[in-house]
Amino acid sequence: MTEIFSPTIIEVKNLVKRFKKVEAVKDISFSVAKGESFAFLGPNGAGKTTTIRMLTTLLDPTSGSVILNGFNVDKNPSDTRRSFGIVFQDPSLDTELTAYENMYIHAVLYAIPKDIYTKRIEELMTMVELWDRRDDLVKNFSGGMKRRLEIARGLLHHPKVLFLDEPTLGLDPQTRNLMWNYIKDLREKEGLTVFFTTHYMEEADRNADRIAIIDHGVIVAQGKSEDLKKQTNTETLEDAFLALTGKDIRETTGSDGGNMMKMWHGRR
Amino acid sequence: MILYILWLRQIKRYLRSKSRIVGSLGQPILFLVALGFGFGPIYAKAGGGDYLQFLAPGIIAMSILFTAIFAGIEVIWDKQFGFLKETLVAPVSRTKIMIGRTLGGATVATIQGLIVFIITLFIGFRPVSILMAVFSFVIMFLIAMLFTALGTAIASRLEDMQGFQLISNFLVMPIFFLSGALFPVDSLPKGIEVVVRIDPLSYGVDALRGALSNTAHFGLGLDLIVLVSFVVIITIIGAWQFSKIEI
Repeated sequence: MTEIFSPTIIEVKNLVKRFKKVEAVKDISFSVAKGESFAFLGPNGAGKTTTIRMLTTLLDPTSGSVILNGFNVDKNPSDTRRSFGIVFQDPSLDTELTAYENMYIHAVLYAIPKDIYTKRIEELMTMVELWDRRDDLVKNFSGGMKRRLEIARGLLHHPKVLFLDEPTLGLDPQTRNLMWNYIKDLREKEGLTVFFTTHYMEEADRNADRIAIIDHGVIVAQGKSEDLKKQTNTETLEDAFLALTGKDIRETTGSDGGNMMKMWHGRR
Repeated sequence: MILYILWLRQIKRYLRSKSRIVGSLGQPILFLVALGFGFGPIYAKAGGGDYLQFLAPGIIAMSILFTAIFAGIEVIWDKQFGFLKETLVAPVSRTKIMIGRTLGGATVATIQGLIVFIITLFIGFRPVSILMAVFSFVIMFLIAMLFTALGTAIASRLEDMQGFQLISNFLVMPIFFLSGALFPVDSLPKGIEVVVRIDPLSYGVDALRGALSNTAHFGLGLDLIVLVSFVVIITIIGAWQFSKIEI
């Protein structure tokens, strides 16, 4: 990849987020080039989700700046929001609506023209194998089906930057593969930039051009997968990750479903 | 289009929760029957006339108040179950999102008011004029807007449903009981009268009474001015609170 020559699409400078007592993100800086696939890895509670929330206008930074697609995230949230799409770590569907209605609301919110969204909704829902269930209420879906629907919805408006916060958690390898193939296709056709977090190291290894590893709110290393392995003298990305972040288990909670509000506020 | 889709979402959620619709009719029916027929004779003896004619607009206002506040409070559910995030990262102004969902919630509350209105007709309530009865639908919508926006403003600041009991007991119930929905406000002790005059629902109840029974105490004109002003102010506050949500 020729990231040195590509223009930057995400520029993060000295970003800090302090909650009442804890400093969740401590002065991090990094940049992502246009068209790049960037993995943001770290143990539970390292500050990944907090960073994504700041990058996606859901949370105001304590200090520092984020420029996304040329827009200052803090000062110009509307233009920023037009530039990205996101698949959240925890559920964000309306379970009282049908699968199709969830897709349709998204299409309207992002002002996608009708002829495009009609086609795309069918295409994406077929991809995640939910087209036959489109008129079912989401509350009757299993966890995996909901996850698949979230992914289909996040891809619906073909954004400039796509944030994926542990998108493949709880997905079977088949769907995971389909999802990454669709994204690969979008990157080639539309120059999509991808920013994702994951706990599956082999997923990061396979799908990221560059990787940043964050721990305790600080970026401890960034570069290509090979660079990280070389730097730590390890064979696999998993070993590199463990070498960089230590082996003790973090006390903060995991990231699967359920009521996340309280955890969010306790999470670093 | 955005306003419409967010409005439609509230309506669909409402129409799909049949048990909620039926459940929320229990209270107004109980109030109408128990209070209407229970206090009717005393009210007539005291020279007040037909108590049901007096009570019905108050109970219609009550059901709108409860449904509307609840519709506003739904923001907390959306926070907890996640759908709020979907709307907050969309390239749409938060004011639009707030207004869309408030219009939806207010429509739901107005429908609830209409259902209760129809029930009162079966129990024996008789509006004085059909034209004014139709106009009362506008008043119902104003009451609904006011309290949906209020519910939204409050819910924007709350993290979870734990504060709901507090709001219900220290805000919603006082608003209802001190609005003159159940009793005439013309010969009250001074202290209570002041509270009644501050309570925005008093003007909603009074306007409905003016339109349906032709017995407004403050006068329909003043009622409407107060209601519209409250709707504007509370919607602005609600939109402002909503725009400050961080999740």
